[in-house]
Amino acid sequence: MLRTTTALAVGLIATATLGWADADENELVVNGEIEITTHAPAPAYVDGLTEIYSGWRFREPDTQLTQMDDFDNPAFLAVDAAQITWDTVEGEAGKSCASCHGDVMESMKGVRATYPKWNETAGEVRTLAMQINDCRTENLKAEPYDYTSGKMTAMEALISVPSRGMPVNVAVDGPVQSTWEQGKEMYYTRYGQLELSCANCHEDNYGNYIRADHLSQGQINGFPVYRLKNTKLNQVQDRFQGCIRDTRAETFSAGSPEFVALELYVASRGNGLGVEAPSVRN
Amino acid sequence: MRFTTLTLAMTLAAGAAYANPVAPGDVSFSDTGAIAESLTGTPGDAASGAKVLADRGAGNCVACHKISSLDAAFQGTVGPSLDGVGDRWDSAQLRGLVANAKHTFPGTIMPSFYKTAGYIRPGDEFSGKAAKGDLQPLLSAEQVEDVVAFLTTLKQQ
Repeated sequence: MLRTTTALAVGLIATATLGWADADENELVVNGEIEITTHAPAPAYVDGLTEIYSGWRFREPDTQLTQMDDFDNPAFLAVDAAQITWDTVEGEAGKSCASCHGDVMESMKGVRATYPKWNETAGEVRTLAMQINDCRTENLKAEPYDYTSGKMTAMEALISVPSRGMPVNVAVDGPVQSTWEQGKEMYYTRYGQLELSCANCHEDNYGNYIRADHLSQGQINGFPVYRLKNTKLNQVQDRFQGCIRDTRAETFSAGSPEFVALELYVASRGNGLGVEAPSVRN
Repeated sequence: MRFTTLTLAMTLAAGAAYANPVAPGDVSFSDTGAIAESLTGTPGDAASGAKVLADRGAGNCVACHKISSLDAAFQGTVGPSLDGVGDRWDSAQLRGLVANAKHTFPGTIMPSFYKTAGYIRPGDEFSGKAAKGDLQPLLSAEQVEDVVAFLTTLKQQ
């Protein structure tokens, strides 16, 4: 009863989920003020799609609601913990993140929207996780986080918060182009004994069901994602590993060049969607 | 280990007719992707086939296909409904579709259930690790025949 009242209060369109397989028509506004784009025209370089949809549009209304208020979103426990980390001196340099970057909500505005991106000094494509670890080892003189660890994922979530609602805008050309091409080839490669590519499910069959699983487009604008399934924040490359494992394939390592390339490519397929991280999914 | 024991038990129970199923690499497909002869040399068992279709640990065909007569929750929508499939295809064509549908529909998303080679980065089942040694087909020859036997019963006309 309470749930029904809440759903009505935020204006979710109940009919949208009644047996309709495709993305629903609900609109995502967080905390009553951050409007987030969950549907946009597909970028021209995505041959197989004309429209792009956030995974939020494929979830049940209860799950959607949980993301619409930061007090309800369980990811914010991790965000709060990462805020403490941000302000705490760590490592031999005697610095905290805040020593150089000040208020994360100001200095990190827009950062999440453009990663993975080219790092000119290093001459490599860097994910946000790689950049966090580079900052830890080079500037803080602290130990790097394990790539998909809870601490890494929480820090990514914190850094994402000030970019919420900003359009994903990942570069696909210039120095990143060859990496992007590598990621694209992976996206269409049918891995494992089940011979499934990312595209088989997330381009050709989004909106359909694999048993109870409602297939989305596999957009990553919401990562890190709090999943109700495992009740924790999930790092995007951890999800990639799970997806490839589920094709009965030998997966790739988190942080590997292959997954960096795949992350860049998949992120670019969502150019134009709003940053949602940390989001809530099932 | 468990698989080996199970296979052995099935072989012993079934006797000579099941002893030498056609190996996945020796299967011969027609131009339309059909397999003319039973992989085991004997007809399958439809009741056992129904279980293979519904079981997540076996065929899990209902992950993608709707079969109204099966008591299995959350049937998928990725593939076509199999209601009436016995009217649309004969048993040779159904056998080919279950074993390797790509011979009939090139590029189909459907996994090949009786094939053991030609994969990219094959894994050790769902562990995410590399496969050790020879792969087993997703379904045994007996299971393929059981599934085919069940599918031929799905008639609406």
